[in-house]
Amino acid sequence: MDAAVEIVDVARRFGSVQALAGVSLTVERGEFFGLLGPNGAGKTTLISIIAGLTRADRGTARILGHDVASDYRAARRSLGVVPQELVFDPFFTVRETLRIQSGYFGIRDNDDWIDEVLHHLDLTGKADANMRSLSGGMKRRVLVGQALVHKPPVIVLDEPTAGVDVELRQSLWAFIRKLNRDGHTIILTTHYLEEAEALCGRIAMLKAGLVVALDTTRNLLSRFAGLTVRLVAREVPDAWRPRILRHEGAAWYIGLASYDDLERLLADLRETGIRIEELALAETDLEQVFLRIMSGRDEPVIEPLAEVPEA
Amino acid sequence: MSAAEPLVRKTANPALHVSGHGWLTLLYKELLRFWKVSFQTIAAPILTSLLYLLIFSHVLESHVAVFGGQVRYTSFLVPGLVMMSVLQNSFANSSSSMIQSKVTGNLIFVLVTPLSPGELFGAYVIGAMARGLAVGLGVFAVTVWFAPSLLAMPHPLWAIAFVLLGSAILAALGLIAGIWADKFDQLAAFQNFLIVPLTFLAGVFYSIHSLPPFWQALSHFNPFFYMIDGFRYGFFGLSDVAPGISLAIVAASAAVLAAVALALLTRGWKLRH
Repeated sequence: MDAAVEIVDVARRFGSVQALAGVSLTVERGEFFGLLGPNGAGKTTLISIIAGLTRADRGTARILGHDVASDYRAARRSLGVVPQELVFDPFFTVRETLRIQSGYFGIRDNDDWIDEVLHHLDLTGKADANMRSLSGGMKRRVLVGQALVHKPPVIVLDEPTAGVDVELRQSLWAFIRKLNRDGHTIILTTHYLEEAEALCGRIAMLKAGLVVALDTTRNLLSRFAGLTVRLVAREVPDAWRPRILRHEGAAWYIGLASYDDLERLLADLRETGIRIEELALAETDLEQVFLRIMSGRDEPVIEPLAEVPEA
Repeated sequence: MSAAEPLVRKTANPALHVSGHGWLTLLYKELLRFWKVSFQTIAAPILTSLLYLLIFSHVLESHVAVFGGQVRYTSFLVPGLVMMSVLQNSFANSSSSMIQSKVTGNLIFVLVTPLSPGELFGAYVIGAMARGLAVGLGVFAVTVWFAPSLLAMPHPLWAIAFVLLGSAILAALGLIAGIWADKFDQLAAFQNFLIVPLTFLAGVFYSIHSLPPFWQALSHFNPFFYMIDGFRYGFFGLSDVAPGISLAIVAASAAVLAAVALALLTRGWKLRH
């Protein structure tokens, strides 16, 4: 069976900027896939190529086996895209917008599905409101609705929750999760890493047009397994200096392999007479993994225990 | 899922693929777009043409002889004004629709659909022709009172052929201009420095036989001249150029512009980066 999305060696240059420098990745059917990376990493360019909005200089992209260039009709029929820009047509109401979008895909009499989409997006009360009169968050949800009118098996969301308030974000995610459970493949880019961590089964990280990490969310997290201690103190015992992850103001971030390490750290601090002003413990989250990979220090945070010298 | 695809017609060239409901929806959207603001898009140009007729016929009726005095100036002017309105409004519709969608970004809603370049072309061009023809019909309805003899058209089919081709040419040209322009400013320049002079200098207000030889010769390089001259032939059975020649030139222009517009849409020039 063909993969939901198959990207092979896709490159794209805009003038002097190499937006994508040869990206290959495969998203299987039914996945909830995250595409992360800093601004300018190439996420939106990649999505634009999948959606046929941008042409690749080289490489191929297929949706359910349909090439996005040579078999664009079948490819686009299989794909729903929520664009990043908050765009709308001021001439129409919400319902007109969704009916017209259905029509573009050759679908008539789509009101049952449109009503369901409006319900899940909490827009039922706004169905007959002009697009101009909607708030930013509502316009964003209409964009989600427009991407879903043709019930696409593959749904791409480019920063869908930007500008959507927390409560609506939760209901939006509940709906997207339901679509995923119903068999839709979801590809998501977001700046909210906790969202990606909570939702995505697998994640690709892009940096400067290249895939720098591609793994299940669980593996990415365990690859950098361990604990991080946030310590506010005058200094850190010499033996622990190699473990310092970063230093922000008066706070030291120190990587630990286990809770046993924490006891040793406390013992060393006591012995060296360094006073603890503040101490907090955090588990590795995707944000740390992300920052680590983007900084190019793609090595485990914690060296083997044996290397920790006894004080 | 009811993604029915009625009336699918398979063609060898995927760019020219046409299926029923999808492009008709885009056409419907194009019609709705100008219809929702019809006061501005239809009524206003009709009023402008009526004013032209009142002023020019008042000033020139007794001074200008056309076709050797066989036709009253006011009667001569009406078809010219009708055709000018058709041409300018066909251009205005496709060009402003395209650039508005580009500038506001909502063109993406069309670009992510399976609509083929041929379907986009058909919807934008026919939508623009509809506006041009609606305005032209309106102009005719309010001006024909001043020249009722025009209703006895000797060659109505010629007039219809020229008005359809003329509106299609300007609709395609508007589509090309809308694709090309990045800003409303550029589009306004295209309209004010190209379309308006070419229509005004195409013999809307005069027969080119009244011009000095140099300008007469120059007029033959203006494709708009043949559209208007041929259209008039339908009303009077008289023209500056044989209607068959005009029709050939106009049809060739239509074919060239359609081919250019289709090629741009197929390449995605300025639309798909």
